[in-house]
Amino acid sequence: MITLLYDGSFDGLLTAVFEVFEYRYKDVEIFNRERFHQENIFAEIHEVITQNDKAERVLSKLEQNIGKSGINQLLKVFLSEDPESEQIILSAIKQSIQHPVENILQNYADNDILKISKICKSVDRERHRMTAFVRFEKMQDGVFFAKIDPDFNVIPLIRKHFKDRYQDQKWMIYDLRRNYGILYDLENCDFFYPDEKLNLDQYQQKFHEEEAQYQKLWQRYFTKTNIVERKNLKLHIQHVPRRYWKYLTEKS
Amino acid sequence: MNFDRLKEKLEILADAAKYDVSCSSSGGTRKNKKGALGDSSISGICHTYTEDGRCVSLLKVLLTNHCIYDCAYCVSRSSNDIKRAAFTVEEVVDLTINFYRRNYIEGLFLSSGIFKNADTTMERLVRVAKKLRLEENFNGYIHLKSIPGASDELMQEAALYADRLSINLEIPTESGLKLLAPEKNRADMISPMRYIQNGISLYNDEKKIFRNVPKFAPAGQSTQMIVGATNENDLQIIKVADHFYKNFNLKRVYYSGYVPVLEDKRLPSLTTEVPMLRENRLYQSDWLMRFYGFKAEEILDPNIPFLDLEIDPKLSWALRNLNQFPINLQTADYRMILRIPGIGVKTAKKIVHARRFQVLNIDHLKKLGAAVNRAKYFIDFDAGNMYLRYLTDKNFRKLLIGGSSSKFQNQFSQQLTLF
Ligand code: SF4
Repeated sequence: MITLLYDGSFDGLLTAVFEVFEYRYKDVEIFNRERFHQENIFAEIHEVITQNDKAERVLSKLEQNIGKSGINQLLKVFLSEDPESEQIILSAIKQSIQHPVENILQNYADNDILKISKICKSVDRERHRMTAFVRFEKMQDGVFFAKIDPDFNVIPLIRKHFKDRYQDQKWMIYDLRRNYGILYDLENCDFFYPDEKLNLDQYQQKFHEEEAQYQKLWQRYFTKTNIVERKNLKLHIQHVPRRYWKYLTEKS
Repeated sequence: MNFDRLKEKLEILADAAKYDVSCSSSGGTRKNKKGALGDSSISGICHTYTEDGRCVSLLKVLLTNHCIYDCAYCVSRSSNDIKRAAFTVEEVVDLTINFYRRNYIEGLFLSSGIFKNADTTMERLVRVAKKLRLEENFNGYIHLKSIPGASDELMQEAALYADRLSINLEIPTESGLKLLAPEKNRADMISPMRYIQNGISLYNDEKKIFRNVPKFAPAGQSTQMIVGATNENDLQIIKVADHFYKNFNLKRVYYSGYVPVLEDKRLPSLTTEVPMLRENRLYQSDWLMRFYGFKAEEILDPNIPFLDLEIDPKLSWALRNLNQFPINLQTADYRMILRIPGIGVKTAKKIVHARRFQVLNIDHLKKLGAAVNRAKYFIDFDAGNMYLRYLTDKNFRKLLIGGSSSKFQNQFSQQLTLF
């Protein structure tokens, strides 16, 4: 068994996959270096150094076989942070190389492919919910700030959505758990990686003076638009699972 | 901005608008222009859900709840003794923009009681949309309620600024409308719809020739019918919906189970329950017509003109048409696979893809997301299927209900995954 360790980036993973083929490794596992704890001291370790040209070559091959949307699905598996994600992605790429003509991702009767389809569904759902449940709060400096804490690493998947939507206001979306985010400053829309966790102490005191008022209006609207005679909390919770309530102005 | 006064108005005018269900934001595609605010996507986004489980995607308010008419089923009717309020154009615009900037909503759904006359009211609604688009550079979703009897000129302008327009039929039958809304007439409701429909087809023609024709109600028209305020049957309702889908190219028909809030001899009593299950069955039928290729006549038997409350309309159709089953999963065409109870559009598509790779069995079917507890009785696999012997059983219906009831018992809303 050979263990490939990569740097945790998608390009790094694709480089690792490339090297599996390059060295004709049969029995392999791929791990994110940071999450790897060596148990077996006899394990054969192969350190992968991320190389963009190798990653590119895997990508262009994949694009021929399964198209951009196929690559997108593999990216979602990667962003799911599922402990098995590396092995599943490797399995799919191997299958795709073996059957270049078919779109192997439609072979739902295969276990790994089925897992991909399931993971994609969960990640898509989380992505969709983040486009819905992000709540911006206007700060004194005029920036609209939102904090999130999603189960999957969806920020790369929602960037375009928010970029297209909010072009005339400065905004920021910050992932509390992963300590990074996106920032739009009226010109560029880029990822940012603070060295330390952002300090959100006394956060509300930094609100723009009108912020509390609009939050109040929104809360009143939320209450008034409900039809008491049709109350159905079970359905409500099914649509807005409790773990999202912390994001929602109307639920606080 | 006087926030206290604004809050009071918002409470009154959101409360009065809440019974209108035709307010999804789907179907709009308005791409943001560079440096502007807003973008609407085709599928729409629900930003939150009320405690009754309905989605909130738009700021849904009335411009005013003053009304010169007295429709029996409406809380805003003139004879109802309630607090009245009216927003200014600026207030609605301000709320929309500020809610949108915070990602609370996809846009605005603006309806109104009728003050003075149809055109004065319609003109004010149009002014809100116009200000949002032209002064605020807003590209989010706007749905305006067309006021029955509004002039063609105003409808023309409305369609230039709004994404969707709608007139609620409210009462499915003409006789019901006469009874409950004697001042309204169906012709006044239909003529603005006809105007918009013609405008849309004209737009589609012109678009083929000229590239920059201004958008004209790009998300089309919808309507709503209240169910259970008068005594029409489901077959009548489905037929009306079908008629409007076919002849007016409607995007959506919404069904709203009547919530008894007003005491009136002509209406069901205040203790009547909201017919939520019936409403849910109507939405299911609607889906069958729009996505499953069913014709209105297939859904209900004229001898029993009400939808079965115990089982969904697709299963009900299957039970009336047992001779069409079993369906072979490996060879049947997509259209027939869609008709198998327990198999939805997504699963049907997956089946058609996956069977190219291998012969499917019942385990595959489960993995592909079918509700196998129902589907298994209607399918023939290449390797045979022992459940098929039940298909001819006299107690087949009972067996099915026993095996599939719980899921639908308590949660009947239009927004469930339906099959
Ligand atoms: S015209 Fe509209 S707002 Fe006025 S009473 Fe009738 S339904 Fe209500």
